[in-house]
Amino acid sequence: MNRAVFLIPLVVFFTLAAFFAERLVALRHGDAPNLLPSMLINKPVPAFALSPMPGHGGSLSSADIKGQVTLVNFFGSWCVACAAEHPFLVGIKKSGIVPIFGVDWRDDPVKGAEWLSRHGDPYTKIGLDPDSKVAIDFGVTGAPETFVIDAAGVIRYKQTGPITAEVWESTLLPLIKELRK
Amino acid sequence: MIPEIGHFALILALFVAIVQASVPLIGASRGNTAWAGVARPAAVAQFVFVATAFGALMHSYIVSDFSVKNVADNSHTDKPLLYKIAGVWSNHEGSLILWITILAVFGLALALAGRNLPPALRARTLAVQAMISVGFLLFILLTSNPFARLDPAPLNGRGMNPLLQDPGLAFHPPMLYLGYVGFSMAFSFAIAALIEGRVDAAWARWVRPWTLAAWIFLTLGIALGSWWAYYTLGWGGWWYWDPVENASFIPWLAGTALLHSAIVVEKRDSLKAWTILLAIVAFSLSLVGTFLVRSGVLTSVHAFASDPTRGVFVLALLAVTIGGSLILFAMRAPALQAGGVFAPVSREGGLLVNNLFLSAAAATVLLGTLYPLFADALDLGKVSVGAPFFNATFVPMMAPLIVVMGVGPLLSWKRGDLSGALQRLIAAMVATAAAIATVWLVSGRSVGSLEAAFGLGLAIWLLAATAVEYAERIRLFREPLAASLHRAATLPRSAHGMSLAHAGLAVAIAGIAGATAWDQESVNSLRPGAVTTLAGYDIVFQGVEPVRGPNYTSVRANIAVSRQGHAVADLHPERRQYANPPMPTTTAAIYSNGVSDLYVAIGDTDGGGATVVRVYFKPMVPLLWYGAALLSLGGLVSLSDRRHRVGAPTGKRRPASQTGA
Repeated sequence: MNRAVFLIPLVVFFTLAAFFAERLVALRHGDAPNLLPSMLINKPVPAFALSPMPGHGGSLSSADIKGQVTLVNFFGSWCVACAAEHPFLVGIKKSGIVPIFGVDWRDDPVKGAEWLSRHGDPYTKIGLDPDSKVAIDFGVTGAPETFVIDAAGVIRYKQTGPITAEVWESTLLPLIKELRK
Repeated sequence: MIPEIGHFALILALFVAIVQASVPLIGASRGNTAWAGVARPAAVAQFVFVATAFGALMHSYIVSDFSVKNVADNSHTDKPLLYKIAGVWSNHEGSLILWITILAVFGLALALAGRNLPPALRARTLAVQAMISVGFLLFILLTSNPFARLDPAPLNGRGMNPLLQDPGLAFHPPMLYLGYVGFSMAFSFAIAALIEGRVDAAWARWVRPWTLAAWIFLTLGIALGSWWAYYTLGWGGWWYWDPVENASFIPWLAGTALLHSAIVVEKRDSLKAWTILLAIVAFSLSLVGTFLVRSGVLTSVHAFASDPTRGVFVLALLAVTIGGSLILFAMRAPALQAGGVFAPVSREGGLLVNNLFLSAAAATVLLGTLYPLFADALDLGKVSVGAPFFNATFVPMMAPLIVVMGVGPLLSWKRGDLSGALQRLIAAMVATAAAIATVWLVSGRSVGSLEAAFGLGLAIWLLAATAVEYAERIRLFREPLAASLHRAATLPRSAHGMSLAHAGLAVAIAGIAGATAWDQESVNSLRPGAVTTLAGYDIVFQGVEPVRGPNYTSVRANIAVSRQGHAVADLHPERRQYANPPMPTTTAAIYSNGVSDLYVAIGDTDGGGATVVRVYFKPMVPLLWYGAALLSLGGLVSLSDRRHRVGAPTGKRRPASQTGA
């Protein structure tokens, strides 16, 4: 057999290692998996009106999220990371620190409602977005994503991926307090 | 004081490892037996020091010494003892200590066992093991010291994620690590063989028990993780194709391939370079998994505290370990080409097909896992690869493998008789066809039921073919029963092991197919006394009551399950609220009749006293656990085979005087 064949594993490995190294450098520069700078930061919330989730109050529209600091959380019953994040949102709801509006994204409303009854409902109001109409306007790339919106209805921050205790204490909570001033 | 002893022991272990990694290697190459002989006492000393460090950390957890930062971050006085102990490996630093401890245990085992191992091979293998130790000890000491102190010490710790406070998860990491680290033995043997430039049947026989042991632990570890997900995450899923799960599954696939290719080396003196490569790859994939999980380059639901600085260190470690071993492979492996002719229809041909499919499957899962990372690096946009990708690629690759698995064991070495084998499998084919037809007709003739029919068909095929092969071996029904039983009793244990493991896979496949196709669920908001029915069970919700646990408060439901008027079970699903850290969890209650599960979990109770009760009927899920248990049992039986215990190799390395013994 050709000796060069025996070099293939080495080449494959160093190619992989180069990719890993590139990612590590990017991480150091603040990139993160699934992190996209939102074009909408410091822009007003796009206008929308979503139909309500049966059994979970009325419809959600852009008018609802003005007048106070709020979170808008995109979730779906299909999303595993959302289930991981969910207890934390329920905790925020219990603490009453900030209202959370939910957008049930690319989901069957029946499954979404079941999922909420299973995991608890942390949302002040919920809108259904099965066709990504609003998600596209918000520039959502995956679930969960959470937007921090100030009292004037301007998007101030986008959290990509689950809210963890660390993210909450180091980033979101200080920002919310800052925006309230 | 005790944490400092632990820290100091780690430093001593590092120096011992440096000696163990160099002196025996020089001794073995120069034929200096005294220098080569350093390996064994060094491995013992290394174990003593590492075990001291592990014991010191565990002591700090058990006595809740919150002046140790690691303990303060991850423990709490109100945790039950089991979770104080499990807290040791619930975090990055502690899990590395567990990793290095297991590595030292394997080193100790190799130093003490295997008396008939050639001294040079043992010296080199232990030296390679020590090189891995040096890397990881440096990693711990330079970036992840678990003994760092905190001044002033907090009054209490921050506690451990309650989801992890579960018996299934307390033992899951040690099992996984025993598997991952166990592959380091195959790796060290492979590197030692490359340095020596010799791979033969005896080598394959020495490396196999270590690989088998690692594989058994990894199988159990993966099964425990899956079981934990099934009953704690509250909706009855058992596999998510999450990067962390894949990180354990990819080495498992490679290790399974290695187990089978090592047999070809042992019996046919062939596939040598490939087997060496698999031994390197199985361990390398374990290391890559560690890197992916801890560096933060991939997102996962099981987020370990990720840290890019550590990532740089692990990547450097990977580059040296894997890169170095593959350079050695490229230099030395071409000289290993030897061995018999390879007929496509033969036992070794079947094992080769097994290896091709398993490696392709491992590569596919790796590609799917890493694709988001490639896409990130190449600016192709942010993507996530989920279950649909893996189901569409992995499953079609497994199906032909299972078909070949039925035939392969019936083929003889060198030149198999395919038509003869197929003739003997006619009964299995008929059973398979009957199973597919029956399942399809009974379960509604839809596309979904066609998938279930094929899945179960594969399971029946593998089970029947394995049974046929076993019956052939003991000549069941061809000779009097007593003669067959005598044959069964004298069969090598590895033959029993293979049959058990293959049957275990068949059972697991049946579980996967059935659980995927026929699960039912019903979600209702019930008031006390209300009844709901699912899959023939009557489920009476009797109400909820508050319960206090050691470190949580809980709402517990009382649910009576009956079937046709006969009481079947009382189930008590809970909704727990842990105190430190404050976090709610659900604990499902499961009634299993051995073939299917009735899975009940509760949600919130509203102001009117109605509680959300979710009931799932999960048919055939228990088969998954039986399958995993059978797989491990098969491995264990095979491990107890005489040729591993006695280790008496035939052939080149055996002194002539022992041939008749």
